[in-house]
Amino acid sequence: MSAPGHVISPRFYLLIFGSLLGLTLLTTAIAYLDLGPFNPVVALTIACVKAVLVVLFFMHVKYGSRLIWVAAASGFFWLNILFVETLMDYLTRGLLAPADW
Amino acid sequence: MAGDAYPLKHHFDDPAQQTHAATLGMWAFLATEVLFFGGLFTAYAVYRSSYPGAFAEASRHLDVTLGTINTGVLIGSSLTMALAVWAAQTGRRRDQVLYLVLTILLGSVFLGIKVVEYGHKFHEHLVPGPHFSGSEPAHAQIFFSLYFVMTGMHALHMVIGIVLLAILAVRAGRGRFSPVYYSPVEVTGLYWHFVDIVWIFLFPMLYLIGLHA
Repeated sequence: MSAPGHVISPRFYLLIFGSLLGLTLLTTAIAYLDLGPFNPVVALTIACVKAVLVVLFFMHVKYGSRLIWVAAASGFFWLNILFVETLMDYLTRGLLAPADW
Repeated sequence: MAGDAYPLKHHFDDPAQQTHAATLGMWAFLATEVLFFGGLFTAYAVYRSSYPGAFAEASRHLDVTLGTINTGVLIGSSLTMALAVWAAQTGRRRDQVLYLVLTILLGSVFLGIKVVEYGHKFHEHLVPGPHFSGSEPAHAQIFFSLYFVMTGMHALHMVIGIVLLAILAVRAGRGRFSPVYYSPVEVTGLYWHFVDIVWIFLFPMLYLIGLHA
């Protein structure tokens, strides 16, 4: 009987590991540059790329069933609701002050 | 091939279905974990957007070198964890124990560096409370509260992970896992990688926000 899961070669794991290390050094180096409002955008984009590499390959979601894809995505879907709804409030406070305040 | 006794529970048709159910269950748990840490990330986003200056200034007290090294150490532990799963899938019992022990060691190095960093913060009066440094901006305490709660909850998850890995290493040494039955290694790996992902976001949010100013 064969293994129930997809087997990824150690060499490929090393490649992902190298990419993650490279991205870590890149995000640290970029943090020293002043990009104005784009510093957090770049930092979070790099973090998201790293997270996707971990989820797809270290956590085998790329080779998982559709049900696993849905389960993995659902947590991040609700996380987005949490972020967007909360920040819609906090980031827009004071933008439109009522005229009679 | 399946080892002396394949532990197939009676309510599953075959090993593949049981493996799939175990993985799905772990992902359901991880979804709750995403939202648990998500609450902390949301609190961070709200307070950082309210006090960007105090956050950037407070962040400069964190040691970027130690933080970067620790990120590398944790990514390394994810690599050895992935290799432990590979060793289980391909029936390499000794490699499996070796990679699990390496994962425990790297996780412990991470926690050790974290202890050193916490020590510095106590020494410099950067722990929120009555003895918090008076020379800091008024809202720096909010940053350090979030720093200690977020990295503290992350560290707690790692301690739990290390205990789980130690149990796995003993069971792996006794030959409990085989290429058809390695779900405990696989799902503990999922948990370990999730904890790694939390740190991947904590590192830029806590350590890197004040460097360019």
